[in-house]
Amino acid sequence: MPTERATPHLSDTELVRRCREGSTEAWNELVERFSRYVYAICGRGFGLAAHDAEDAFQEVFTRVYARLDTLRDDSAIRSWMAQLTRRVCLDRLAAASREQPVEDVSDERLERTIEEIDQAFAVREALEELGEPCQELLDRFFARDESYRTIGEELDLPAGTIASRISRCLVKLRAELEGRKASTPPSGRKR
Amino acid sequence: MTEPQAYDEERLGRLIGLLAPAPHGWVGAAQEIPAFRQTLDEIVARAEADEAFRRALIADLEAAVAGAGYEPEPRVVEELRRQMNDQRGG
Repeated sequence: MPTERATPHLSDTELVRRCREGSTEAWNELVERFSRYVYAICGRGFGLAAHDAEDAFQEVFTRVYARLDTLRDDSAIRSWMAQLTRRVCLDRLAAASREQPVEDVSDERLERTIEEIDQAFAVREALEELGEPCQELLDRFFARDESYRTIGEELDLPAGTIASRISRCLVKLRAELEGRKASTPPSGRKR
Repeated sequence: MTEPQAYDEERLGRLIGLLAPAPHGWVGAAQEIPAFRQTLDEIVARAEADEAFRRALIADLEAAVAGAGYEPEPRVVEELRRQMNDQRGG
């Protein structure tokens, strides 16, 4: 089972440094922080089938662990992981196409999707800044695709108020993002 | 790069939805990579230093791993088997 997040507020640079030092907590956080990102590139970007996506996902993190010492700019961990993930997924597709023809992934569509996934990552970071209950509410509704009823039961909220709460949280999220756009570089956690 | 668009509610919802959680089992397995690598390294180092252990691994990989005090997890066994096959092939 995935572990609890003990170091969620470290910058990417600090997280990578601690991983290099052998911190298990830092490694767990690195996996937690980038798992959705890698998963999205494998699935939404390259359209890998579940079993291939799972293998690719493990391969990416195995390579990250083995090659972390070769990363030159620790703050660039996300773009480095994106490159690793692309390479691993392309290898998977090439191997699959030797066995049976696979649907071609157009470069243009792939670039557009990965760009959106990068934007989604920035939104996710802003969402984490909002904290609870907005973070959980928006994540459950949009990312986990849960119904108002399920969310209401889980969070002990009347189902009839979920829509208005989601709307209020989206307003807060937009304000957070617009504040960030003015003050923060677009990639990497810089705290 | 395309121009950044405004963060209207619909777009924000779509972007949040793009990053669905990876399955728990996948995340857990990735978090165990350091322990997995350490186990592998230890077994490989012992096999290199101990001829009898190396022969035991070749004869019955899972039993030798278990006999050495390690949990013969499928991915440990698979990776060892792959490395041994590579060595034989090379």
